[in-house]
Amino acid sequence: MNLSRREQLTSRLFLIALVLVTLLPFVSMLSAALQPRGTVPDGLSWPTDPQWGNFVDAFNVANMGALLRSSLLIVAGVVPVSVLIATMAGFGLGHLRVPGGRFVFLLFLLGLTLPFEAVITPIYYQVQQLGLLNTRWAIILPLIGLYMPFAVFWMRAHFINVPRELSDAARVDGSNTWQMFWRVQVPLARPAIASLTILLFLWTWNQFLLAIVLVDDSTKRTMAGALGAFQGQWGTDQVLLCAGSLLILTPTLIVFLIFQRQFIKALLQGSLKG
Amino acid sequence: MTTAPSRVTAQRAGLSRPARPGRPTPVPPRRRRWLRLARWSGWLWVLPALLMYAIFVLRPLALTFQYSLYHWNGIGVARWAGLENYVTVFTDRDLLKIVGNAFVLIIFFSFIPVGLGLVIAALVRRISSGPFGTAVRTILFLPQVIPLVAAGIAWSWLLSSTGLVNQLLRGIGLDGLARAWLGEFDTALPSVGLIGAWVLLGLCTILLITGMSKIDPALYESARLDGAGPIREFLAITLPSLRQEIGVCLTVTVIAALASFDIVYIATGGGPGLQTTVPGLEIYRLAFAQRQVGLASALGVVLMALVLICVLPIQRLTREDKG
Repeated sequence: MNLSRREQLTSRLFLIALVLVTLLPFVSMLSAALQPRGTVPDGLSWPTDPQWGNFVDAFNVANMGALLRSSLLIVAGVVPVSVLIATMAGFGLGHLRVPGGRFVFLLFLLGLTLPFEAVITPIYYQVQQLGLLNTRWAIILPLIGLYMPFAVFWMRAHFINVPRELSDAARVDGSNTWQMFWRVQVPLARPAIASLTILLFLWTWNQFLLAIVLVDDSTKRTMAGALGAFQGQWGTDQVLLCAGSLLILTPTLIVFLIFQRQFIKALLQGSLKG
Repeated sequence: MTTAPSRVTAQRAGLSRPARPGRPTPVPPRRRRWLRLARWSGWLWVLPALLMYAIFVLRPLALTFQYSLYHWNGIGVARWAGLENYVTVFTDRDLLKIVGNAFVLIIFFSFIPVGLGLVIAALVRRISSGPFGTAVRTILFLPQVIPLVAAGIAWSWLLSSTGLVNQLLRGIGLDGLARAWLGEFDTALPSVGLIGAWVLLGLCTILLITGMSKIDPALYESARLDGAGPIREFLAITLPSLRQEIGVCLTVTVIAALASFDIVYIATGGGPGLQTTVPGLEIYRLAFAQRQVGLASALGVVLMALVLICVLPIQRLTREDKG
């Protein structure tokens, strides 16, 4: 009993140490963000007179309203379409088992470990040819394609485990494939779809490479891409940079805290499957 | 595998009339043709995803291979180069150093999070499920949720000359060690590595703890009865049972190291010199600043190959035994 108590205590101490290390960068940024502008802040020192107004300045300088809108538009363009067509493809490959499906699935698998940097150059010229450079479509369309290997893999893994009798029963009831998909399969796939939606939202919101390569105007980028531009512009003003960075990462943080259970589940499953 | 559905449906179709002896599933020709059509119509479900994938991944992939065989500045006429670009990648001192940097990062991005994660997981074994456990989980996942760019900015501040790391060093009287960690030749790359370790440690730890909680406690009990100490226990039970989870952690982190871009771009921009330049950053620089599209593409192909060479054996070794 005594031993297990001591074990409990040490394990808790270890976790608390780990938590502190995780939080330290955020706390340090907050302490810098609250110093008077124009000063050179210390790593961690609570200001005697916290300048909460710095956040207002950063909000205006970073053009946060436009950034939020832009990120939301990009997410709205990428996530629903990706989830829909990946679910359909997963259904076709995992449940309908179309002829030649194995080959197509292998083709999708090919892209699973592909680093985005390896294809970013041709994507740039392709988007240029389409006349979409510097528009949000330049991020939206390639991202949908780039997410397909993982998304299809994910949804197929779900559909391959759905009992076949289910669709047979639906067929006997006289529904065609389309009706069966929407009325029987999609409702059953809801947990898999929800996890995929969360992961794609997160990856889109945080997408940096595509944003800086394909879009010059930082107000048409993702949140992460805009943060890069903000750093380039205000990198020397440590106080404002810290305030701006905290502001820009707040939306993800809020969404994460609200849906944390689902996020953690999705992240764990996502890495286990991928 | 692909023939299974047709058999099932065909049998169903055959059920309506008594099967004639000596003949398998008697499906009338018209019905059979319809069935084949139905099977092929399944392609309509796959087509939209395949189309987007083909246009925005497969075509660019093929183009990367094509570009890599040319000298091209992105605008003018492309000049055939054969394998010259690849020869450059494998012989140019700078480019070799850049690829080497990526491998150094594997030590920090992969080995530290997985190693430290294992130690922490072994010590904690079962994370308490109460509010304490939930809070810990949530916080450990924070670095996974924020943009990598934000992690880069936060740590550039922490490691800067007036940042917290130096403040702590001075606080304990080690003034001599204080420096601009990301700006000096010897410390820049390990510092970038440290940022990656911070990002990935939480995910690895939680994954390993989750894996450990699935191990049958009876295994530990019998090991204790056999007189095994904690280290024997770890090596004989914990480590083998976690093979799959360790494989996942290694796969995710090795890819993160080899394909790193965001953190490096923000924290150091590749400097000082080429100390922290990684292949991803060099591809970006070559293609869009120096307009050497061919060389950038060759490096892209090599990067892709490196990821596969590193990840496939990990997958092989750590898959659960399915033959």
